[in-house]
Amino acid sequence: MPGPALRSKLLRDLVRLRGQALTIALVVACGVSSFVALRSAYASLVASAATYYERQRFADVFARLERAPAAVAERLARVPGVAQVEVRVVEAITVPLAGLAQPAVGTLVSLPDTGTAALNVVHVARGRAPDPERPEEILVLDAFAEAHGLSPGDSLPIVIDGRRRELVIAGTALSPEHVFTVPPGAMSHDPKQIVVAWAPRRAVAAAVRMEGAFNDAAFRLQPGASEPAALTEIDRVLAPYGTMGAVPRARQSSHAVVAGELEQLRSMATFVPFLFAFVAAFLLHVVLSRLVLLQRGQIATLKAVGYEDRAIGWHYAQLVGAIVAVGIALGLGAGAWLGEAMVEMYTGRYFRFPSPSYRLDLGTLGIGVGISLAAAALGAGGAVRQVVRLPPAEAMQPPAPARPRRSVLERLGFGRALGAGALRIAREIERRPVRTLLSTIGISFCVAIAVVAGFWSDATDFMLDVQFHGAMREDVTVTFTRPLPRGVLGELRGLPGVRRAEGLAQAPVRFRVAHRHRDGLLAAHEPSSELRRWLDARGAPLSLPPTGVVLGAKLAEVLGVRVGDVVTIEAKAGERRTAALTVSGLADEAFGLQGHVHPATLTGLIGGEGAVEAALLRVDSAALGEVLARLRAAPWTAAVARPGTVRQQFEEQSGGILRVYTLLLVGFAAVIAVGVVYNDARIALSQRSRDFASLRVLGFTRGEVARMLAAELTVQVVLALPLGLVLGSGLVDALISTVDAETYRLPALISVRTYAFAASITLVAAVASFLLVRRRLDALDLIGVLKTRE
Amino acid sequence: MPPPPSLAAALSPAASPEVLAGRGLTKVYRMGEVDVHALRGVDVELREGEMVVLLGPSGSGKSTLLNILGGLDTPTEGTLRHRGAPLHDAGPGELTRYRREHVGFVFQFYNLLPGLTALENVALVTDIAADPFEPEDALALVGLADRLHHFPAQLSGGEQQRVAIARAVAKNPEVLLCDEPTGALDYATGVQVLEVIERVNRELGTTTAVITHNAAVASLADRVLTLADGRLAREDRNATRAAPRDIRW
Ligand SMILES: Nc1ncnc2c1ncn2[C@@H]1O[C@H](COP(=O)(O)OP(=O)(O)OP(=O)(O)O)[C@@H](O)[C@H]1O
Ligand SMILES: [Mg+2]
Repeated sequence: MPGPALRSKLLRDLVRLRGQALTIALVVACGVSSFVALRSAYASLVASAATYYERQRFADVFARLERAPAAVAERLARVPGVAQVEVRVVEAITVPLAGLAQPAVGTLVSLPDTGTAALNVVHVARGRAPDPERPEEILVLDAFAEAHGLSPGDSLPIVIDGRRRELVIAGTALSPEHVFTVPPGAMSHDPKQIVVAWAPRRAVAAAVRMEGAFNDAAFRLQPGASEPAALTEIDRVLAPYGTMGAVPRARQSSHAVVAGELEQLRSMATFVPFLFAFVAAFLLHVVLSRLVLLQRGQIATLKAVGYEDRAIGWHYAQLVGAIVAVGIALGLGAGAWLGEAMVEMYTGRYFRFPSPSYRLDLGTLGIGVGISLAAAALGAGGAVRQVVRLPPAEAMQPPAPARPRRSVLERLGFGRALGAGALRIAREIERRPVRTLLSTIGISFCVAIAVVAGFWSDATDFMLDVQFHGAMREDVTVTFTRPLPRGVLGELRGLPGVRRAEGLAQAPVRFRVAHRHRDGLLAAHEPSSELRRWLDARGAPLSLPPTGVVLGAKLAEVLGVRVGDVVTIEAKAGERRTAALTVSGLADEAFGLQGHVHPATLTGLIGGEGAVEAALLRVDSAALGEVLARLRAAPWTAAVARPGTVRQQFEEQSGGILRVYTLLLVGFAAVIAVGVVYNDARIALSQRSRDFASLRVLGFTRGEVARMLAAELTVQVVLALPLGLVLGSGLVDALISTVDAETYRLPALISVRTYAFAASITLVAAVASFLLVRRRLDALDLIGVLKTRE
Repeated sequence: MPPPPSLAAALSPAASPEVLAGRGLTKVYRMGEVDVHALRGVDVELREGEMVVLLGPSGSGKSTLLNILGGLDTPTEGTLRHRGAPLHDAGPGELTRYRREHVGFVFQFYNLLPGLTALENVALVTDIAADPFEPEDALALVGLADRLHHFPAQLSGGEQQRVAIARAVAKNPEVLLCDEPTGALDYATGVQVLEVIERVNRELGTTTAVITHNAAVASLADRVLTLADGRLAREDRNATRAAPRDIRW
């Protein structure tokens, strides 16, 4: 047990090293807090989702179809592996609320007339369930009601099958199917624009003429049942009834987003803390080995007067322990706070759970502490061992001076060209190559993290650019309440101010190549479309072939086809025919899995007369207001959208979370840069205070001496910049790989702006740390330093 | 009882102009509750071209006085003038300029930059001086013309100290201040170093002050100042200066 004297040495050392101790503690704190926050947010959301799914009996498999007699439900229940079936009537609706530029879109879902549903039970948040005796009563999605300030008792205009009705809100509800709701084909998740309404089955069936029938089924599988087998069998049973193919929970639109987001949290929680652990270990290593070197004499004296090796080793271990403990304490506190804030942000703005709860389990705390201690052991172990092993007699001698050598640059003959100042720096760096290297790596982490921070906005910008400038070139998109004959396009062209109108139709299909298949959309455009454009990987526009298909590049990759190969397309709507089409081009698209064809090709698959589901318009800007008003007034209009507005909305909605992440990452990056540069400068100062004092005595000014120190640090920062940029793009690649590429594709593309941003964050942090150290350099005790022997 | 300085000056056969003149120099170090009086009112002047040796027991204030004369430190009280210009109230920037332009220092522990060769250590100073010698010439003056490209670690203590002297004189300073320059050296090496200092003083006419614990060294000086307890205890003048190789200790 160390005596009080040794303990006061511990305190004094800590006070003297406070700047360095604090910066290291902050790095540890960042590591611990990022781990605790990400991990606990992940665990809390997973647990919230699991409890919620369980309580509301969220289905395992979902199937949409056109129409099946109620009796088919019996057959579905007998499918091997199926434990429970719930059949429903689901219909697309729009809600033209006053004050909405375009009507909200969504679905009307039937509730059992009596009792509760077997699966996908809604959770009534406010009000009550609709009375089966009152056909005008509905439940609406709580997020939608909240966004519009609607309460139970308010009425709501709903367009079902082209007919408008005034319905009454009996209550608001949450559903496991709508934890996160994206309207079909959209990227935005504006709760104002997405509606789900529930009404008793009798009322819904009457509204859409589905009495005695259903068009939607949900299944719970028996534990251990084979999902693919069940899916195949369900598809077989439903085949005569126009099924679009059963999808597992993993592909359910809400759950897929939730799961993807959670997966990202999990992978960040695994990966980010190690970055900090490395930096913390490195900083502890350099600071402690320097301290031990400086205190060799003291260590020897302590040993000479009879302190045991272990007691002295323990003394230094305590020093490290104290620093790390401060970091851990800060980190646990900040992590718990941040974790809770993240859960709140996710559940408040994106994921709707009825009772989200934040849980911080001991395991997470334990692992956080464990990682920090491991980093401390890794970083300080060597120095502590050195203390234990140091023989007292040897320690009384000053350490053997490193033999200076001419630098490589000089030996290569660059000596003259470099000049005296640069030579000095080159030699100083070569004298301690490992520390220079480690510092450089440390600073490059800062650059890399800042690159990741900037990448997020790059990526969204890029995707939005591709989508809204590259692909969607129309001024206005009109979606129809149901497919309309092509004649509607002529009508639209007749509107004053409309310069061009192109029809758009699409159908759900299955793309198949040998045993591989994916479900997606097949879209038909005007053969010589001017308002939609597809670009190949090289940015060259693709044209729609009269007989072939242009596939999204990602879809082609998944299917393993190239241009010229043949893909089988099975329509899941209309007459449900199958066609083998030649791939004529691969389009670079940011979202989804889809193919593009000539209208005749689509008609060949689904039959009919080539009706259009939406129109793309080019409109004179002067007439835009008039055209929009007319479109909104038209009875067949489901929605009118302007790509520019959609983009703006998207940016507003995801801007918040993006900014929080960016800010956090930038903060982390700055802590790392300050930690590395400050400690490095402090150590350079302590190692060379004698040199610097000599220079000052010789008449060098404070500024001149400071510039010498700054030059050495500058070299590290300059080396770290390119390294960090490379590391940053590596991190970005790793991040991209955690995103489900079949949903949307983040471009592995980092803008010059982001590089500049990362470099300036690093520079600012480095300069600030240097200025902190410079105060000490200015206050250097010239006489005191020179009085002592080196 | 030493004669008053003004009288000493008047008695001096070659009363050359004063380079530095201190009056009533006092230095008090505040150590918490206690005040340490390192200097208690010292009057001193260094004249052009003379060689002064400072003697005195440990703690008597020699280094403190030399540091004040060299602009490394400022007196608590009293005045110091360099060719008439006041230095006692100079700011850090002014002191730096004074050291840079006029003073060469030599310390007991050489204080060479370990990462630089002998030549580069000297060039460090000539780079920033107004009217320096060639570094090679300065090193030749101290007898190290053939060791230009050696690093300090490759030189003996005496050689390192000679590099330090070369570095101090290379800028052609007005005053050369040496604090125990032979303190860490053996007799033979110490003599070599003293020879170099003496030669600089004689050949270049650099005003020189040397602190030593070795009374024998005093015979090299024109004047010997003895400090005791922060006061100037005595001042002696040598009629003739001995040559370094003739002294014994
Ligand atoms: N920075 C300081 N703080 C407090 N006291 C100091 C400081 N520097 C010197 N002293 C005190 O001032 C007095 C004179 O010190 P100085 O170094 O001038 O003595 P010296 O004559 O050079 O001694 P030595 O021959 O041992 O080098 C001593 O009592 C010393 O303890
Ligand atoms: Mg002294």
